[in-house]
Amino acid sequence: MSTRDWLLEDSPTSRWQANAGRAYRVFTALLRNPLSVVGGIIILVLILTAIFAPWLAPYSATGQDLANRLAPPSGTHWMGTDELGRDIFSRVIWGSQITLTIVGLVALISAPLGLLVGAISGYFGGWTDRILMGFTDIFLSMPKLILALAFVAALGPGINNAIIAIAITSWPAYARIARAETLTIRNAEFIAAVRLQGASPLRVIVQHILPLCTSSMIIRVTLDMAGVILTAAGLGFIGLGAQPPLPEWGAMISRGRTFILDQWWVATMPGFAIIIVSLGFCFLGDGLRDVLDPKSEGK
Amino acid sequence: MSLEPQIAAAPAPVSLSRRKWGRGLSAILGFVATVFLTFLGLLAITFFIGRVIPIDPVLAVVGDRATQAVYDAAKISMGLDQPIYVQFVQYVGKVLTGDFGMSVSTGRPVITDISRFFPATLEMATLGIIIGVVIGVPLGVIAASRQGSVIDQIIRVVGLLGYSMPAFWLGLVGLALFYARLRWVGGPGRLDIFYDGLVSPVTGLLLVDSLVQGEFDIFWNAINHLILPASVLGFFSLAYIARMTRSFMLDQLSQEFVTTARVKGVPERVVIWRHAFNPIRVPLITVIGLSYAGLLEGSVMIETVFSWPGIGNYLTTALLNADMNAVLGSTLVIGAVFIFINKISDVLYRVLDPRAR
Repeated sequence: MSTRDWLLEDSPTSRWQANAGRAYRVFTALLRNPLSVVGGIIILVLILTAIFAPWLAPYSATGQDLANRLAPPSGTHWMGTDELGRDIFSRVIWGSQITLTIVGLVALISAPLGLLVGAISGYFGGWTDRILMGFTDIFLSMPKLILALAFVAALGPGINNAIIAIAITSWPAYARIARAETLTIRNAEFIAAVRLQGASPLRVIVQHILPLCTSSMIIRVTLDMAGVILTAAGLGFIGLGAQPPLPEWGAMISRGRTFILDQWWVATMPGFAIIIVSLGFCFLGDGLRDVLDPKSEGK
Repeated sequence: MSLEPQIAAAPAPVSLSRRKWGRGLSAILGFVATVFLTFLGLLAITFFIGRVIPIDPVLAVVGDRATQAVYDAAKISMGLDQPIYVQFVQYVGKVLTGDFGMSVSTGRPVITDISRFFPATLEMATLGIIIGVVIGVPLGVIAASRQGSVIDQIIRVVGLLGYSMPAFWLGLVGLALFYARLRWVGGPGRLDIFYDGLVSPVTGLLLVDSLVQGEFDIFWNAINHLILPASVLGFFSLAYIARMTRSFMLDQLSQEFVTTARVKGVPERVVIWRHAFNPIRVPLITVIGLSYAGLLEGSVMIETVFSWPGIGNYLTTALLNADMNAVLGSTLVIGAVFIFINKISDVLYRVLDPRAR
């Protein structure tokens, strides 16, 4: 029996085999969608770049070379150099680590928070639901960027506070999704069966409801990542996110502002990195949605 | 457990029209309650940001170079010796009377600053949404009627770029290209320096003021400066509006009444623009409203790039100077306008679409 047959077995003999089979089916379905392949490759390249930045970057991210300041793109400096003679290509490569950290941490903070709020709200219903969802709706109807700005202003500039501020403003959408999913499954018989066995609400939610919310959550988180990258870059651009000399892409664009009229490459190059990575998340998210949630295809 | 309130709320047997009235009234009351709660939530959030997060809110307002006397006076005038709920009630009272405190960096009351800067933002966002609607809606309709065509592909790409391009970056590239290279448009700011201050602000909207006062030179100069930032904003609303229009139109075009119209021999142009387009006008209003609110928010980034003297620029300057009163004041105003537009488009949807009543 080949690995492929084992994965596609109609009657899996273990939970592990069932999960692996499902993952394999999603994976092959994704491979048939060209855009999601492109998206996946972009994300993969981002991750590899972040991991291998020390070996990939031809120059250091902070090493200055004032004799070579504001040099245009050339064979030695692929994206030119900035006002301190730092190689922009190397800085963009190092910057991928920062972008990946921001994206990862925001997802790690806001998705579980939203999941928990939504699942509790949907599972218990009644006043718990009303209060939690009222709270969620209030957050949902606020302008996210402005709110994030105000939070950073109070917490103080810096990359950690930027992550916290973005996470605070992005959980409500996940809470809404988790609640909707919970409502459809909370009256299912298998939940009733678990409850009759004496499972506590905590156990029902964590062990039996949350796992079923994950696929719609993964889609939404992937699609939202483009927005998170843009917000983080915006905070960096205004000067409230990552602080110099960190090679954060938004902050790099901000430094290049002064030279935009004559040395266009200083500000434009990091922008291309932002666009490509955001596009990658959009493509992958779209593909995942088509595979995992065929109902909403084409919307 | 969850059934109880529904049983309690079962309608009493009254005549149809009275019941309809009653339902309308309770819908209005419910709406007012949501709006009220949302605004209260906004106030609670800004209160939380201003008073609870900072370790020393007084220091956050007066700055760390203030003398002890100023510090003590500020502490008492902010009511920080009171319990927190009293502080919140006082805060709400102050905001309702338009008292957002003094701005440390400009030395004027925040409300004066905001009323001076807001029209510039309004002007830019309004022109932006006009661009977005005028181009985006027809593009979306055409894309849907010719699915898979070149235009359809363009809409797809534009839509994706709209989601993944930083607005401030597009603004910078636009400046470098259309202002520095091609010299097609005016540079940063609302006017060339030698036109500055010639028009006395009445509405604060330069285009209106200059026209009313017959200063056509200034009008053209203002347009020249406005067109690039407004187009950048317009691009983002265009991306969203075209995408949504396309998706609404596709829903309509697959309906049976469209097929019927086609079979009857109605010209394709009429089928698309009358039979299919008319029903989507209502959801489009919601989309446009949301997009307009989004533009007010998006202008924060754009204004920084174009040195546009609007509320976004005011907010970012205040952020960098840790001028908390100004930050919270602008957050409140932008947030309130954002919520207001959202709710208005929600109401319009309900009023215009009989199915949603």
